[in-house]
Amino acid sequence: MAAEETAQGPVTMLSTPIRLDYNFTAGVAQSKSLRGYAEGRFIGQRCPVCKKVYVPSRGSCPKDAVATTEEVVLPNTATVTTFCVVNVPFAGQSIEIPYITASILLDGADITFMGLIQGIAPEDVEMGLRVEAVWVPKEELGPTLASVKYFQPTGEPNREVSTFAEHL
Amino acid sequence: MSTPPPRQGTRPVAIVACAQSKSERRIEQANEVELLMPVVTEVYANAGMTKDDVDFICSGSTDYLIGGPFSFVTALDAVGVWPPKAESHVEMDGAWALYEAWVTLQEEGKDVALVYGFGKSSLGDLSRILALQLDPYTMAPMWPDQVSLAALQAQAMIDQGLATEEDFARIASRARHNALSNPNAQVANEKTMEELMKDDYAVAPLRRHTLPPLSDGAAAIILVAGDRAYDVVDRPAWITGIDHRVDAHAFGARNLAESRSTTKAAENAGVSAGPVDIAELHAPFAHQEILLRRAMGLNESTVINPSGGPLAANPLMAGGLIRFIEAANRIMDGSANRAVAHATSGPVLQQNLVAVLEGAS
Repeated sequence: MAAEETAQGPVTMLSTPIRLDYNFTAGVAQSKSLRGYAEGRFIGQRCPVCKKVYVPSRGSCPKDAVATTEEVVLPNTATVTTFCVVNVPFAGQSIEIPYITASILLDGADITFMGLIQGIAPEDVEMGLRVEAVWVPKEELGPTLASVKYFQPTGEPNREVSTFAEHL
Repeated sequence: MSTPPPRQGTRPVAIVACAQSKSERRIEQANEVELLMPVVTEVYANAGMTKDDVDFICSGSTDYLIGGPFSFVTALDAVGVWPPKAESHVEMDGAWALYEAWVTLQEEGKDVALVYGFGKSSLGDLSRILALQLDPYTMAPMWPDQVSLAALQAQAMIDQGLATEEDFARIASRARHNALSNPNAQVANEKTMEELMKDDYAVAPLRRHTLPPLSDGAAAIILVAGDRAYDVVDRPAWITGIDHRVDAHAFGARNLAESRSTTKAAENAGVSAGPVDIAELHAPFAHQEILLRRAMGLNESTVINPSGGPLAANPLMAGGLIRFIEAANRIMDGSANRAVAHATSGPVLQQNLVAVLEGAS
């Protein structure tokens, strides 16, 4: 290295802003689920081979590699399979900590998705907790999972972990 | 039946079944899983196999096209990796996934591989996306688009007396004509060289017809090692030679009017060891066909891109694998005995993969 370069030291930072814009293709199956949110309901699909119900569905059974075409409307009720209590503040956080993020298994579904739990103290949440979806007001419904405001306890007894162990 | 001996490796590997989607400018309904699923289903059906027959799965795609992380993992929903499968992915055209599968099938006990590539060019601005494969410090910040870079290459060829604009138009004319008999092609019509020369320049010296179409599409291949290939198809397309090489990343470090990586890969694949009936060349821009042909030493007796080639259909990340499909189909149907399949990746033919496919004598 030349003496004058050594004196200046290495270049350690270079800023090259990159921005790319995309169109997202939800696809046929996922579009159905998204439209379902706008109507305030969960729409999944059933695999014709293993009969498992996926919500939201991407249009295929990942186990059997066959197209899922049968639509299934699922209820608002669900079970918390596992959960965590969020105590960490981060930029853009819209909910007061601590709060609970849970894996939600809708009744009749075979796959979980992430949901927010409200209406219960964090220390009282357990695996197997029975919950139901609370949707945003009708005029605010849209093709997004944000249409589900949160899940709240139904008051039913908890489900035994062994009954949903497959989904953990 | 006498299986042609492979130049590389110890186990002969053949293409036994293929499937591809029709290339379209914009597939708006289907997501990547829905685009891929019918193609994978079809390739299994063509091979008379199910997912349970497959020992190894390898795919080629890029998250940059979709704008989402790990999109190749999502795509596995179309393939069925249960019970758990040995699977791999390359951030390259599906042709490089085929290369990895060919390597994997050299191992005894792994006999069948599924290879696929997929890409939707319609989701983003391809000229910006492809700029990101350039040097991130000195080149990408200027966002040079791929058409301008290809034009630099074409101009270099003209200046070195290797080609004329009329040559480019003649290639485009033939590609579109050949594509008329390809049901998966996107650009197919009868236009003479003289008619095409009336096109405006996209970026001089490249007129519109010298550019590939923007395509959405997917393709899949089943590879089988050893004599088991004859259980699937009477005349497997044996991969008797295969190699890939890379040129310098910096354009200034190489002569853009030649492709030394292609020459080297073709030598190692044994292209000149026998007559080449057909060659499917992954030349997205018309002038690159001339360049590749020279680099491989293909003479006038070789039919180039009977499918129409990438000027007729060019789904990114599947376009190279489709060259293998078009070449293999012509071996399998007996219309060719010895074929070359070529794939490229990176800016202006930076990386090149060349394979020789042969039918049993």
